[in-house]
Parts: sequence; structure tokens; C-alpha cells
Amino acid sequence: MTATAAPAVKVAGRRPLRRGPVSGVWRPRNAAVIVGGLVVLVLALAVNIGRGEFPISIPEVLAVLVGGGDAGQQFIVLELRLPRSLTGVLVGGALAVAGAIMQSIARNPLASPDIIGITWGASAAAVTLIVLGGSGLVGSLAAVGLPIAALVGGLVTAVLIYALAWRKGIQGFRLVLVGIGINAMLAALVNWLLIVAQVYEAARAQVWLNGSLNARGWEHVVPVGIALVVLVPAALVLSFVMGALQYGDDTATGLGVRVNAARSALLLVGVALAAVATAGAGPIAFVALVSPQIAQRLVGSARPQIGASLVVGAALTVISDVIARTAFGAVELPVGVVTAVLGAPYLLYLLIRQGQEARA
Amino acid sequence: MRTRRLTGLTLLAVLLVLVVFASIALGTKVIPFANVWSALWTPTGTEDDIVIRSLRIPRTVLGVLVGVALGLAGALIQGHTRNPLADPGLLGVNMGASFLVVVGIYVFGVTTLFGYVWFAFVGAMVASAAVFLLGSAGGRGGATPVTLALAGAALTFLLSGLVSAIILIDTDTLDAYRFWNVGSLAGRDAAVAGQVAPFLVAGVLIALAGAPALNALSLGEDVARSLGQDVRRTRALGIVAITLLAGGATAACGPIGFVGLVVPHVARTFTGPDHRWLLPASGLLGAVLLLAADVVGRLVARPGELQVGIVLAFVGAPFFIALVRRRTMAAV
Amino acid sequence: MTTRSDIQPAETGAQAGRVRLAAESVRLGYGERTIVDDLDLEIVQGTVTAVIGPNGCGKSTLLRALGRLLAPAKGQVLLDGKRIDRMPTKEVAAVLGLLPQAPTAPEGLTVGDLVARGRHPHQAWYRQWSADDEEAVAEALDWTGIADLAERPVDELSGGQRQRAWISMALAQGTELLLLDEPTTFLDLSHQVEVLELVTRLNTERGRTVVMVLHDLNLAARYADRLVAMKNGAIMAQGRPADVVTEPLLREVFGLEAKVVPDPVAGTPMVVPIGTRRDR
Repeated sequence: MTATAAPAVKVAGRRPLRRGPVSGVWRPRNAAVIVGGLVVLVLALAVNIGRGEFPISIPEVLAVLVGGGDAGQQFIVLELRLPRSLTGVLVGGALAVAGAIMQSIARNPLASPDIIGITWGASAAAVTLIVLGGSGLVGSLAAVGLPIAALVGGLVTAVLIYALAWRKGIQGFRLVLVGIGINAMLAALVNWLLIVAQVYEAARAQVWLNGSLNARGWEHVVPVGIALVVLVPAALVLSFVMGALQYGDDTATGLGVRVNAARSALLLVGVALAAVATAGAGPIAFVALVSPQIAQRLVGSARPQIGASLVVGAALTVISDVIARTAFGAVELPVGVVTAVLGAPYLLYLLIRQGQEARA
Repeated sequence: MRTRRLTGLTLLAVLLVLVVFASIALGTKVIPFANVWSALWTPTGTEDDIVIRSLRIPRTVLGVLVGVALGLAGALIQGHTRNPLADPGLLGVNMGASFLVVVGIYVFGVTTLFGYVWFAFVGAMVASAAVFLLGSAGGRGGATPVTLALAGAALTFLLSGLVSAIILIDTDTLDAYRFWNVGSLAGRDAAVAGQVAPFLVAGVLIALAGAPALNALSLGEDVARSLGQDVRRTRALGIVAITLLAGGATAACGPIGFVGLVVPHVARTFTGPDHRWLLPASGLLGAVLLLAADVVGRLVARPGELQVGIVLAFVGAPFFIALVRRRTMAAV
Repeated sequence: MTTRSDIQPAETGAQAGRVRLAAESVRLGYGERTIVDDLDLEIVQGTVTAVIGPNGCGKSTLLRALGRLLAPAKGQVLLDGKRIDRMPTKEVAAVLGLLPQAPTAPEGLTVGDLVARGRHPHQAWYRQWSADDEEAVAEALDWTGIADLAERPVDELSGGQRQRAWISMALAQGTELLLLDEPTTFLDLSHQVEVLELVTRLNTERGRTVVMVLHDLNLAARYADRLVAMKNGAIMAQGRPADVVTEPLLREVFGLEAKVVPDPVAGTPMVVPIGTRRDR
């Protein structure tokens, strides 16, 4: 997209970008973060596909992707590492966008799908299946049904929270409070299931609870991918009203926004993204909370940005997966352990820097 | 207002006596009332006497102590952060305790409740001090509620990542940890109660002594200063009291959520915002709630029992949601 | 690009004397608490109306209802004869702009982005910065004299600049009617006058109809065509300032003993409190 005839900038800092009926503001930093993030993401993908028990060089990876390489390399790249990495890209991006939406609705940087209970709903369903249905003949059935159970668990929880938080409208703070209450119950349920379980079931549940990309194949990539193709454009369209909601309900109403409808639509998209992602790879910790915050600070904007959050979340997840797979020798950690250990110090650093700036 | 407060406190005291008695009389093992009575006043060393005197009475005493501690800690942290959503877990107390308990199990092979206590206590102390320092570094002129919340969240995630890493690598650690991680009064004997009691009592005294200062602080730091308050000292003492109370409680029983969050909201409905009333009421209510949940947990899952932390979440959460729906949360 | 000014409202039905906004026996309140009961009010095209009254009399509540932020428990609010609560809110936003009391913007937002948000009713997700939008925002910034602040974050501005930025946003919306809730709070006297001069220019040069809640009686009498005096949720008097601001009314509405003298500059009524401290 280029600006037609490059009109003079009439409002400082808002350079127009127009073509036909489509128009917007050119934001160089936003574009730079998205492009830079994509570069980092591609590099991380290349490293993630190349490294492992059987190292494959980057030229060889590229050769396989265009149809070359030997049978062994083709199997490792196309059937194992590529779908796994792509699952990471998709769920990381989905969680980040879900987080950006939740933080916007609640106008609170601490709001994320894990805080208001969506991912715990998915977890409770999944752990129930692992612990109560996981042994013996239903074991294989449970493995197939796990993502669907998680999806249903997340969505049912979201509907419950929404219904309980509705009182002549949806209000961000009340939604978070109700979510915290539901969260506590679901967490107690999960903890109880963990102690009634056999220890090996508890260990399997623990892996799931941390979010893992292990053994994710095309059967995960395809459904998550389809969901994102629908939901991410919806989020981008809705980010237009999301901007107006940042000004508080009164101003937004004055600007002609149907506040409750807009908030409900945003919530629907955010919840669906979080539930799909959790169904695909378990509740990968911290990505939803930290990605929008990192993206927002890199872009230098006043509110969470959908596009930049998507790229940052995807990159963070793939980088964490590289570390989780290869940093500890033979032991492979769930990716969620690494996202937390990687993301938390960065958030603390941003926080302390902000404090120093405020004092300066 | 005054009569309402007095009635409320009296009612709570009566309720506490009732649940204390219920906690001694009721349990997995059915003991006739007459035997309970004789075990209390004229023990002769029967099996029932031993159950009552060496199991149920220490457990009840610990329950009262821990309940008081959690209720008080919740009221304190909500007062200090002026945030109705704050609970002691916000300062990293629970995750700090969990982390060192896991380290204790994994590295030092500790497996007894008695052994966990010190690890948990030190972990809670260090984590809350770290959150307070990080929160102070992030805010303009000291810790603000927002920076405290963000620092607490970040540290909690970091530690929970490390805890997960350890329990995933070592199944034996997971096996021991998962039982500690569900807050419970079960199996705690007089030794555990004795270990944490001094810290809890010290925390209660510091908390109650600080009530007038907290009242001034609730009007805002500037007003508090103009009223002659040493704000930093009040804050520091508050953090010490919260850490002693919540850290001691977590060390003895494992992480028990929700008491600290919900109790002050309920207490506030009859005491109002005055901390000189709110703090004792929160303490009493915390004890009543915890003991009641413990007794329920013993009765619903016979012959086993349901851990108090789980009962609390299932009883407390719906109540909390109803409270949220009924009205906008009262300001702290 | 259009030839007419973009923040100039369309000329539809702008003939003087026509009732644009009306409250018909409305009952207003929050939850169980009723604040205003059985109140009628008409706002006429091309006028500046100031609502005055003691704290807690229901001024802001009334303004919120006129701006469809608060649904009446009884009665109705009509915009150009149509029930405002049955009109699409976007349609209302094209005719009626409002500035809430103490509005909040996200931290770090620039003035340009804030004012541009006023164009929201004219935009869609794919059309977020049309030539018309740019024209209107540039003009709104110009009018309020903050064009050179466009790239500054709103939270770094002084109180007067910030208030002008918010008014500029309402202006960029390009509506015929403007509701302003205490547009002069937190401003010093010269900035209060500046904001009210702006309101007057909007009215006289652009034909805007303005309803505002004001605290300062002298400024209200000076800058409004009509005053509405409220007490305990009811209208005690309304009309030209000279008819409303009288000694008996001040006693009744505000419980204030005062002399009313003509303003030496404009001749509008001026309130001089009697008080006890005057012996020097």
C-alpha cells in the first residue's frame, strides 16, 4: 500500500496512507516491530527445525522445504519439527492476541486469559480426562479427545463467567473479579485431581498443565490454523472499536460505540483464541500476559496492538521452544516453563526502567 | 455503627467457640459425645482420648492460628495496597514458599511436614521482600499498588516456572510436592503448631498495633504524612506483619488461597473501613471460616478427607461471586 | 475532499427556534436511588444553555441522560423528535457530541491521536484516516490553538491545554449539538474564559447548539443564552440569565445571601455574595 500522491501531513505525527476507499495512518514504529519480529520469528523457526538430536543445516532445511533432501531428513523436517514449530507460532500468536484483547477490555495490564479463568477451564477439563479417563482402554480415546475436551472446557468456562458478570451490561472490572472467583474453584479442582491421581498420571497432567509442543503434528496445525484464519482478521477489524473503548464507557458511547455489543464481540474473539490455543498446546504460561506488554512498549503506543502482539507472541513461543528442546541435553522441558522464566525477568526489567524514567 | 460492630464481633466469637468444639468433636473417626467430653476433662488414655488430645486438639489450635493469620494478612494487604483484589499471594508469599519447599525436597531430600516448615517460611520471607524491593524500584518514590502487583505477578510466574521445571524432571519431588501444594491441616501435630506459633503471634501483635496508622494511610500518603505519620515505617511494619502471618500460615499448612481475599470483604460489611475494628473482625472470621471448612472437609469424604484449601475454594468462590454481583466492591 | 469546512455541521434542519433535544417527564437515578424526577426540558437550536445548581442537584445526571449515557427510568429523551434510545448510537453520534466530566485517555496517547478519535462515528475499520478526517482534525486542532501540540502525549499537558484537547476532540466529531460537563473544572480564571470564548465562537460562527454544566454563576450568566437552575433534581427556574439570576432565586436554590448587580462589561447579572467579612 502506498500513499496516493503523498498528501502533505496536516496533523503532525499522523501521516496518511490511502488507496481508494481504504485509509489509515502510517505508523513506522509499528511496521518496524512487525517486520523485525517476523525476521526474528523466521530465524527462530530455522534454528528450531535445524537443531535437535539429528542436526540438519539451514540450507538442508531449505532444500527439504522445496522438495529435496533424503527420506530421513524429509521425515524429521516435514513430519516432526516443522508441524511442531508451526503449532508454536500459531498458539503463541493466538495467546498474545487474546491477551491484547483482554487487557484492552479490562484496561488492566494484569488481565489475561489465565487470570480470568479461560485457560484454567480448559486445564480442568483436560486434567479430568487425563486422571479419570486416561488409564486402560480409554487411554487412546482420551488422547484424541484431549484437545476437544480442553476447547469445550475453556468455552464453557467463558460462557459461565460472562453470564455471571453480566449485570445490565458487561463491565471490565467485574468480569475480572468473577473470573478470579471461577479461577480459584477450577484451580482447586485441578489440585484435587492431582492428588487423587496415580503419580504417573499426575506427571502427565503436569506436562499438559505447563503447555507443551511435544509431539504436535499436522493434526494440531490444521485446526488451530483454520481457527486463526477466521479469528485474527476478526480481531483486526474489531481493534477499531477496541481503540474507542480505551477512553472509558462514556466517551466511547458519545463516539457512537455500542459499548456492550463491542465488548461482547471482542470477548468472544479473545476467548475463542485462548481456548483454541490452550486446546492445541496446553496453557503456555505468561505469553498472553507479557507479549502485548512487550509489543506495546516496543511500538511506543498507548494501548495493546493486535498485529505487533501476534508477532511477538509467536516469536517468544518459538524461541522458548528452541531452549526447551535443546538447552538441557536429553531432558526436554515443556515450553511453558521456559516462556515464564524468559518473560518474567524481561517484564521486571521493563518495570524497573519505567520507574527510573518516572523519577528522572 | 458501634453496636453493629460489637454485635458482629460477639457473634463471631460465639461462632468461633462453636466451630472449635465441632472441630474437636467431629472427624473421620466417629467418637461419641460422652467420650469427647471425658477426653477433654478426664482422659484415661483410651484410643479416643489419644485421637482427641494428640490429633484433633493440636489441629484445631493450628487451624485457629492459621485462620486468624490469613484473615489478618488479607485485611492488611488490602489496606496497604488500597486494592480490594489484593491477597497475601500477591506478594509472592505462596510461590516463594512453594519454590523453597520444592528445592528442599529435590536437593535436600526433605519429606516431613516438620522439615518443610522452615523451607516454606524462608521462601515466603525472601519472596515477599524481593517483591517489595522490586515494586519500590518500579514506582515513583517507592512501591505503588500497581508496581507491587506487576512485580508480584512476574516473580510468581518466574518461580512457578522453576517449580514446574523441577517437578517435571523429578517425579519423586512431584509426588511429595503435590500433597503439600494443596493447603491442608491434616497431619499437622503439636510440633508444627509450636514451630510457627511464635511468628504468628508476633505478626498478630504488630498488625493490631499498626491499625491506627493504617487508618491514616488509607486516606492517602499525603494526608497520612500531614497527620504526622512515618509512612515508610508504617509500610515496612505492615509488610513484616503480612510476611510473618501469611508466611507462617503457608509454612504450616501449604498454600491456602481465598481466605485472605474474601474475609476482609465480609468483615467490612459490618465493621466499615476502620482498621481498629476491621483487623480483629477479619482475624476472627478467618479462624471461623478455616475451621468450618476443615470440619466440612473431614465429613464429606469419609473415610478419607477433603483438604481445607479445596473446600474453601468451592464454598468461598461462589460466595465471592455473589458478593461481586450484588454491588460494586466497597472501597478499602 | 469536500469544499465546505469539515467540522461545519450539515445544514439539515438548523432553523432557529426549533427544539433539538428534549427531556419529557424523565425520572433519572442510579439503581434504587432516584436523583431527578418528572423533569421536562427543551433545548432550542442555536442556543447556549448552562445548567447551574448546588453540588448534587442532578445537573450532571441530567446531562448524561440528554447524551444517552443514562437511560431514564421513566419518561423519554427526544433528539429531533425521535426517541434517542431507539436511534442507532452511531446515528446519534453524528448529530450529538459530548464531553464527559473528567474523561480519561490511555497513558501516553498523543494529542493528535486523541483528537482524531473524535472522527470515530465517520470511520470504519478499513477507513480510519480519510482526507475528510484529516481536514476536520486539522481544523479542530487549529480552532483550539493546539495544532503544534499534536505529537505531545496528553498526560504531559497542562490542565488548560488538556481541556482544549478534549474539546477539540468533541469538535472534530463535527456535530450540531455539543454537551459539555463542567468544561472549566480545574482551570484557572483566564483558561476558564478562554474555553468559554471558544464555546461562544462555536455558537456564533458555526451555529452549534451547546448545553453545558457550569459552576461559576457569573461566567454562566455571561456566556449562556439560557440558564437552567436546578435544586434537588428539579428545575427551579429557566430563561434568560437576567430573569434567572435574581436575589430571591439565589437564596432559594443555593441558600446564598447575595446582591445581584449588572456586570460592568456586559450588563449581564453578576453575583456578589454578602457574607460576613466586608468591613475593610
